[in-house]
Amino acid sequence: MGDGALSHVRICDFTGQLAGAGATKFLAAFGAEVIRIEDPVTGGRWDILRGAPPFKDERRGPEFGSGFNNHNVNKLGITLNLRTDRGKQLLAELVRRSDAVTENFAAGVLERWGFGFERLRELRPDIVYVSNCGFGQVGPYGKFKSWGPIAQAVSGLTYTSGLPDRPPAGWGYSYMDHTGGYYMAIAILAALFWKARTGQGQWIDLSCTEAGAALHGPALLDAAVNGRPMRRAGSPHANRNAWPAMAPHGIYPAAGEDNWVAISVTDDEAWVAFATSVGEDWASDARWAPRSARLRDQDELDALVGAWTAGFDRFALAERLRSNGVAAAPVQRPGERIDGDPFTAAWGLWPTVSHEAMGEVRVDGLPVHLSETDWVIDRGAPLLGQHNEQVYGELLGLTTAEIGALRQDGVI
Amino acid sequence: MAPTSPGGPLQGIVVVELATELTAYTGKLLVDLGATVILVEPMQGSPLRRYEPFVQDQAGPDRSLWWWHYQVSKDALAADLDNAADLARLVELIGRADVVVEAEQPGSLARKGIDEAALRAGNPRLVWVSISSHGAGDPRSRQPSTDLTLLAEAGPVWSCGYDDHSVAPVRGGGGQAGNMTAHYAVMSLLVALLAREERGGGQHIEVNAYAAANVTTEFASYTWLVAGLTVQRQTGRHAAPGPTLPTQVMAADGRWVNTGPPRRGADFAALATWLEDLGVAEEFDEFALVQMGTELEHIGLDQMEANDLVGEIFGAGRAAMFFLAGRLSAYDLFVGLQQRGLPAGIIYSPEELLEDPHFVARGWVRPVFHAELGRTLGYAGAPITFPATPAAALRPAPTLAERS
Repeated sequence: MGDGALSHVRICDFTGQLAGAGATKFLAAFGAEVIRIEDPVTGGRWDILRGAPPFKDERRGPEFGSGFNNHNVNKLGITLNLRTDRGKQLLAELVRRSDAVTENFAAGVLERWGFGFERLRELRPDIVYVSNCGFGQVGPYGKFKSWGPIAQAVSGLTYTSGLPDRPPAGWGYSYMDHTGGYYMAIAILAALFWKARTGQGQWIDLSCTEAGAALHGPALLDAAVNGRPMRRAGSPHANRNAWPAMAPHGIYPAAGEDNWVAISVTDDEAWVAFATSVGEDWASDARWAPRSARLRDQDELDALVGAWTAGFDRFALAERLRSNGVAAAPVQRPGERIDGDPFTAAWGLWPTVSHEAMGEVRVDGLPVHLSETDWVIDRGAPLLGQHNEQVYGELLGLTTAEIGALRQDGVI
Repeated sequence: MAPTSPGGPLQGIVVVELATELTAYTGKLLVDLGATVILVEPMQGSPLRRYEPFVQDQAGPDRSLWWWHYQVSKDALAADLDNAADLARLVELIGRADVVVEAEQPGSLARKGIDEAALRAGNPRLVWVSISSHGAGDPRSRQPSTDLTLLAEAGPVWSCGYDDHSVAPVRGGGGQAGNMTAHYAVMSLLVALLAREERGGGQHIEVNAYAAANVTTEFASYTWLVAGLTVQRQTGRHAAPGPTLPTQVMAADGRWVNTGPPRRGADFAALATWLEDLGVAEEFDEFALVQMGTELEHIGLDQMEANDLVGEIFGAGRAAMFFLAGRLSAYDLFVGLQQRGLPAGIIYSPEELLEDPHFVARGWVRPVFHAELGRTLGYAGAPITFPATPAAALRPAPTLAERS
């Protein structure tokens, strides 16, 4: 056992993609022993990211998917064929030695393999079982398929991300795969905390769609109390801010191709600072001094602001506005925030891991630091079956010959 | 059935939250997990009480629906930190708390006489969560920032918007920079609480909002990290280094559905049968191609590149979904596709999901009685349900008069 915050925790992990694997990545970074179980018959392809682009170099195949590597750092990886009776026996042994079982298959998969919650609890009475699927396992849509963009669509996140008279813009990535993973991590950790205090396990049926819907609280209350739906003329206008109401508030053009700067004038004091920074006649017009006027005539104001920003370098302009007390930021490309911002590097946000096949690879780190038990991300995602000897030998007590036989018999 | 202990997995854990926008959702999630959360706000009321929207659009410190949502079931303490008696009350409260959550400007609490080191020395089990916009060491944490500027700078905005790049990129709605930060704050403090069970002591946790959004960008970051490629935004789908085909389709009622393309023979068979059942197969020009698709096991990218006919069949499958969309409501398209094994999601406006049969059947919405309105409102449900320790009933957010 290591000295991480969670070194006393063992996870029997079936998660895949980001919505599941992202959860157990967080636990592994704090030292939890996360044993990732993969199917030897399909080469671990129940996680579609194994072998999926982008790639670090010209090599292809199940050991070279960089998304898979990014989401599975610091985990152990074993193969196990659950079509075989021996495979099921080995899983039972592993469950007996685990604190939690985690998966984000479609509803009912683990049950069909004979490892539903009742069976898991027979094997380990205090087991924490967290299943995570798009709509939850129970309910009319329990069998529906989902991935990030679908959970985002149904939960309202796609709709609220758009501009008037245009289709929904969505998020441009699987925000709910990240966020589903965050909630899954919270579910596992909170249930482990309850278990630590009471000895009681439980099954948590997490629904990514519900987790996404929970991110719209004020909108739901505005509809309930004021009868004002988000689906109405002129709504959404996602770059503006109604709660709290601010103007000007938007993403404006800057010098160069596809360059933009975000500006939020939070209140009347910030407006004075902004108008002084602009230094043009229109900005000092008393007409714009009250927030109510700026909100009412926002289209006109946005046109004035956009015409002003269009000639400036976005970095220099944002810096100038910020130092004058106005919230502003350039819209940054990935390379600019990753390699052009010394503070993300200083934070350790892009750690380099050592991957057995890919070599040295940079991955996403964590946006937190703990003073006594901080995270460590240094090992790449496991190769298929990379830790079979360690897990079947050291943990389950099998001999080298027995492990060899399992391999020959197609069990691992 | 196993016995249940209502109250949530963090019942008994006392959290002191120094109320700011960046702490609000952390505190709310801790409430959802069963913790006792005590908000600390100035005597005249937190500026957050002035956040729109208001009940009937009439401003007032107890009428902010933003406040109602984020501060539900929290207790509140009114304290002016430049008042010695108030400061002493706060110090006493922190002395018996499990967790402090704050997002004050780095260094400002010390100037007010709140000495974290001394407080942690006096209460060694305390977990202290400091949230800042960019990390304590970054000068941008001492400058103003908002949800918009954080998401613009940290990556989410670059990936989001339309195929037409003369249109500004888009910031996703709902205050998600604060939510991303809160998720990491709660995950981290749960790690610290679990570590405390093993080791006994608390610790300091630093949470960086800019960093949280930076690592909540999926492909955009790791495509750059491993391949040095820059993704480009596309309407309603993933930003990618090169263009991809549309996935969003407008249904006959003007609402949108997000779809996944048919790839398996079974998908094509389901679409062919559906077109026939609706009596519109003959109107669809590419029906013969859809029927040919039923013979294929699975369509992969490599097959489409190697065989033009496979590419045409793949295109016909997408066209069939778009054709059906022109004849069905968004809801019927969504449910019809899913019932036939094809992934799809209706693009709901947030309030629409309250009426959705699945959300209703799962009992997601949580009732809160508001005496001032004389009625019960449906609040956003808890993101996670713990069967062994279900959440307690919600209470309205603290009013000015209800504070201690």
